[in-house]
Amino acid sequence: MSDDTQPTETSAAEGAYWRDNIRLLCSLLLVWFACSFGAGILFRDFLDQFMIGGYPLGFWFAQQGSIYVFIVLIVIYVVRMRSLERKYDLDD
Amino acid sequence: MDTQTLIYMFVGASFALYIGIAIWSRAASTKEFYVAGGGVNPVVNGMATAADWMSAASFISMAGLIAFLGYDASVYLMGWTGGYVLLALLLAPYLRKFGQFTVPDFIGTRYYSKAARVVAVVCLIFISFTYIAGQMRGVGIVFSRFLDVPITLGVVIGMGIVFVYAVLGGMKGITYTQVAQYCVLIFAYMVPAFFLSFIITGNPIPQIGLGSTVADGSGVYVLKKLNLTLTDLGFGAYTDGSKSMIDVFCITLALMVGTAGLPHVIVRFFTVPKASDARKSAGWALVFIALLYTTAPAVGAFARLNFIDTVNETSYSQAPAWFKNWERNDLIAFQDKNGDGVMQLRSGDAFDGGPVFGNATGPSGERVVSNVPNAESANEVYVDQDIMVLANPEIGGLPGWVIALVAAGGLAAALSTAAGLLLVICSSVSHDLLKSTFRPEISEKGELLAARIAATAAIVVAGYLGIYPPGWVAQVVAFAFGLAAASLFPAIFMGIFSKRMNKEGAIAGMVSGLLFTFGYIAWFKLANPADNVAANWLFGISPEGIGAAGMVLNFVVAIAVCKMTASPPAKVRRLVDSIRVPRGARDAQQH
Repeated sequence: MSDDTQPTETSAAEGAYWRDNIRLLCSLLLVWFACSFGAGILFRDFLDQFMIGGYPLGFWFAQQGSIYVFIVLIVIYVVRMRSLERKYDLDD
Repeated sequence: MDTQTLIYMFVGASFALYIGIAIWSRAASTKEFYVAGGGVNPVVNGMATAADWMSAASFISMAGLIAFLGYDASVYLMGWTGGYVLLALLLAPYLRKFGQFTVPDFIGTRYYSKAARVVAVVCLIFISFTYIAGQMRGVGIVFSRFLDVPITLGVVIGMGIVFVYAVLGGMKGITYTQVAQYCVLIFAYMVPAFFLSFIITGNPIPQIGLGSTVADGSGVYVLKKLNLTLTDLGFGAYTDGSKSMIDVFCITLALMVGTAGLPHVIVRFFTVPKASDARKSAGWALVFIALLYTTAPAVGAFARLNFIDTVNETSYSQAPAWFKNWERNDLIAFQDKNGDGVMQLRSGDAFDGGPVFGNATGPSGERVVSNVPNAESANEVYVDQDIMVLANPEIGGLPGWVIALVAAGGLAAALSTAAGLLLVICSSVSHDLLKSTFRPEISEKGELLAARIAATAAIVVAGYLGIYPPGWVAQVVAFAFGLAAASLFPAIFMGIFSKRMNKEGAIAGMVSGLLFTFGYIAWFKLANPADNVAANWLFGISPEGIGAAGMVLNFVVAIAVCKMTASPPAKVRRLVDSIRVPRGARDAQQH
């Protein structure tokens, strides 16, 4: 395995990179949860009183909107991680 | 040219393409066989992942499910896409950085234990076989309806095609055929959807069409019209569900987490060059998947409207040709309860279970079923929801080449998923069981041969399950996701995000999550199907959603056991440190 060639202790940059990564992960997963489980399921009945075109809003989140948000979340993660990796000089 | 000739041409041409790609991309080493050499472009891999992921169930069954379930089917839409967020954020880049060939590879190495590796192999084989039987069945249905060959012969032809490109090409052959299959299946799915959306709403984009008004001058929204039509006939409204909120929540969660834990999806991310490419690739995969998944709700709703419009209150003798075609294939039945020769569509089942046809024909010419009529419902029409997508072009009166395209698309979806599943089954046998556990001295050539033999054996078993589907296949599809959610996902997740998690905790967690989920589903689906009602469920969670509870149990048990046992060795903590940073991904695979 490659771990024999790795340093025993993580460097300060690696530690900071990981903490930033976790913070980013948590905020993105919060949105992930809010748009699917929140808007599409838990608060659907409330949101259904609003319409987006012919879609009741809660129904739209459950069958369309959450999927679009998922894509946006991954795009943000890819972009933000690339800049984090450049910042800490850890990119591959 | 008649439709039948067109179907033969489209299906024949697509098969020739797949075999051509297989011959062009033969695998020469184990690395090419297991992970396509590890040099696949992230966009290409995203497309291959999408084809791998979208099975016969996505292509053939999902829109039909949506058509008949309405809001309740949202669990599939969110569940089968939201998992990619978990994959991209929590698993794919780290597993790629780890840089080996299989999912049990990671679990066995991270938890420094052959036992953990074998537990992972057992989970993987169970999940994959459950899934693959359904694919072969899908191949059989398409063949029997569109090519007029018996289901058995259809399955055998499908096995032959998969054999050629999976056994010859391994992951390399599969990757490039899956790209071709994605193109075929998405084109086949979108073309009828554009047509239908345009015919019904005047807007060709189905995602917008579903939110628009019906193009009959009435100015009523599609969903509103569907709600009105359905409530008139005694059904619940389309945009309201009938499942409880907690059940919808748990099923969605189990499907999402299960998606992220499915081995045949995870290994696709082992084929890209770098950890950062794995993230990108998961994003592309979701884009390609979303194209079909955001279209499916529109297809489902349009199909339901069209179906009711064409069938309800139509006399059988006037029924369109497609109705009689599908009746001949046992997937539609008309039981004339009131003897007026006119088909009444109402809520409730026309009769219990699937139709049992005799040889007799009724007064209107319909095939008589011997099922006892359900006295509580005035419904006279039985329809297998799986036919909605396949019958859609005919119901909508679309040209013959669209019908041919859909036949080729359905086959592409089933074959691409079957091949991906076969590969993870055979690599877990040849790599995890043989090379890493029982016969470490085996040569690369020997391992490659073993992989090909295992793939052949797996194809034969899958084909057998497709021809003689045991009754439990349809009953236990929930297994695949529930088990992946309750067993593999937590073990992989904690392996990356916790340095403290040790082998005792991980094994105890996987085993308890697996047994609990398996036991719950087996109890309600196999042992006591009569008790499978909400009142008997734990916290009101159906067997489909119990994987979410199994996952929680896995985490709790793993953390508790871990607290009471020794820390993992320093070598493992260094391994976790190294997979957390992307730098050096290219070196990590030189093991």
